[in-house]
Amino acid sequence: MMFMLLESFRSAWESIAAHAFRSCLTTLGITIGVSSVVTVIALMQGLQTSIVSEYEELGGNSLSVSAYLTVDDILKGKTARLTPEDLDLIARQVEGITSITPLAVIEGQSFVEIRAGSQATWALMQGTTHSYLDVQGTFPALGRFLSPTDELRRRHVCVLGEQTRKTLGLPEDPVGEYLQIGGEWLKVVGVMEERGGLFGASQDDFVLLPYSTLRRLGGMQAEINITISLTVADTVERDAVTARIRSLLRHAHGLKPGEADDFQVTSPDQLGDAFNRIGKMLTSVVAGIVSISLLVGGIGIMNIMLVSVTERTREIGTLKALGATRRQILLQFLTEAAALSMLGGVIGLLMGYGVAVAIATLLPDFPDAVIPFWSAALAIGFSALVGIVFGIMPAAKAADLHPIEALRYE
Amino acid sequence: MALIDMNGIRKVYAVGGEEVAALRDVTLAIEANEYVAIVGSSGSGKSTLMNILGCLDKPSAGTYRLNGQDVAQLNELQLAGIRNREVGFVFQSFNLLSRVTALRNVMQPLVYRGIGLQERRTAATEALDRVGLSDRAQHRPNQLSGGQRQRVAIARALVTSPSILLADEPTGNLDSASTRQVMDLFDELHAGGQTVIVVTHEADIAAHCRRIVELVDGTNQAPAEQAPAELAPMEKE
Repeated sequence: MMFMLLESFRSAWESIAAHAFRSCLTTLGITIGVSSVVTVIALMQGLQTSIVSEYEELGGNSLSVSAYLTVDDILKGKTARLTPEDLDLIARQVEGITSITPLAVIEGQSFVEIRAGSQATWALMQGTTHSYLDVQGTFPALGRFLSPTDELRRRHVCVLGEQTRKTLGLPEDPVGEYLQIGGEWLKVVGVMEERGGLFGASQDDFVLLPYSTLRRLGGMQAEINITISLTVADTVERDAVTARIRSLLRHAHGLKPGEADDFQVTSPDQLGDAFNRIGKMLTSVVAGIVSISLLVGGIGIMNIMLVSVTERTREIGTLKALGATRRQILLQFLTEAAALSMLGGVIGLLMGYGVAVAIATLLPDFPDAVIPFWSAALAIGFSALVGIVFGIMPAAKAADLHPIEALRYE
Repeated sequence: MALIDMNGIRKVYAVGGEEVAALRDVTLAIEANEYVAIVGSSGSGKSTLMNILGCLDKPSAGTYRLNGQDVAQLNELQLAGIRNREVGFVFQSFNLLSRVTALRNVMQPLVYRGIGLQERRTAATEALDRVGLSDRAQHRPNQLSGGQRQRVAIARALVTSPSILLADEPTGNLDSASTRQVMDLFDELHAGGQTVIVVTHEADIAAHCRRIVELVDGTNQAPAEQAPAELAPMEKE
């Protein structure tokens, strides 16, 4: 059996090489299918690897609390937010928290008009505290960050994103410059390091204020919505802290038993999990689309194999006269179809990887494309399978030819 | 026992619901190392007889023993084995694989015998040597002349050391110089002990052979057979 398989591969290669151009055209469907799935897998895997590692850097002892509504509740018109009172409550009543950082926006005014001299722009305005640096793992590129004293004194200071600085036409080192938000003057004390774009949107277009200053700017009526980042002293306490926060917030928000939470407490690995799920979903959607193109590719292969069998009718008759059995002919043509399809798979794999690398290189800050071994094996294996499935009919046709009629075929 | 022993062979085809007998009654014995021409006009049943001789087809009635084996009893798989071991086919239009070299063509029948690559190459080189084409081993059929192609085909038939070399109009597509070469080769092979059967309608080809079997209307049982003196005369109908 192994012997015949090897011989079949040899003769399959001969006949594919004899029609190299035709073979490549035939297998184009498979090539396109495989290359597109490989591109998507490579990009997704790269993204996944980088996001997971990014979250892992944050450590296993951090938690984040944010307002959250199910789609159902949103449709019912409910709204949810975490208030400064919630923040105080957690800060005062939950034990085992080592640091707690709010990232607050004024509801309905998260994007504000900023003026500096004659220039104006709109940017995201958030209020936070000094520990933002630790939680986000970022640093000011120039000047300093918001200090605990800024927070205490409700100083009118702010830190800018690089993009905002540029749009406002401020000098390279804007520390000491003043800008105006909603009629209040704020002094620039620092510029954050650049984070670059993600999916075409700049991540450097923002202004950060001390949390206390933001609340005062908003005035008494302002509704503040907060995302809370906190770290726990010990990873093992994370679940206990999560439970404590849940019961506190449920009580504070007046939720009845059975009602869903209007907030969520997440940990970095949960975010990682969520991303993994999205990645898997996307991959399977693409796999579904690609299977259609593999189907079309398979039909192309079946078609050319049928043509080939007809073309080579006399050859098949000759081989039978030389002593080829039905099974040997079947195997030869089946192998040829599988080899043709696998050729497409290999070309597709290389092309897909090339495209993925090109995309990853061209998009700024996009992580490197990664081809895991399983996806390469899957691509080749799957295309071989397509070849075999769609090769059965032509191969059976060849094997069933009667030698005399085949020899007589003109 | 004769190498080929045919007795009362009939072959009937169904054509449009009607039965047509391509062979009515062929009784034929061919000994090892005979050099036989099967002649006959078009429609006499030559091709049908050749197909049965070469185990490509089974007779409708009668017995056929090839090298002692009753071919009528064999299934498709066993027939393929017999074709591979016992019969070396030479076709009118050579039927070489056009996309591979002469050597690779000659190696092909040995694949079906499960012989390894090295051994196949050695055997094929020897066979090409026998037909005087060892210097053309790496040429493809389209780089060879008609006569050379037919000699490659003969090498392919010989490589399995078959009991019979069965040639169907082997010179039908050749010019006279190539024809002479091919027939000289057959003469030579016969002299070397090979059993050769040539199906032809050309008298000068048949003249090379030591014995002529003439088919008329699907039978060789007519007085037409010109049996050489040492052979016993066939039964009359």
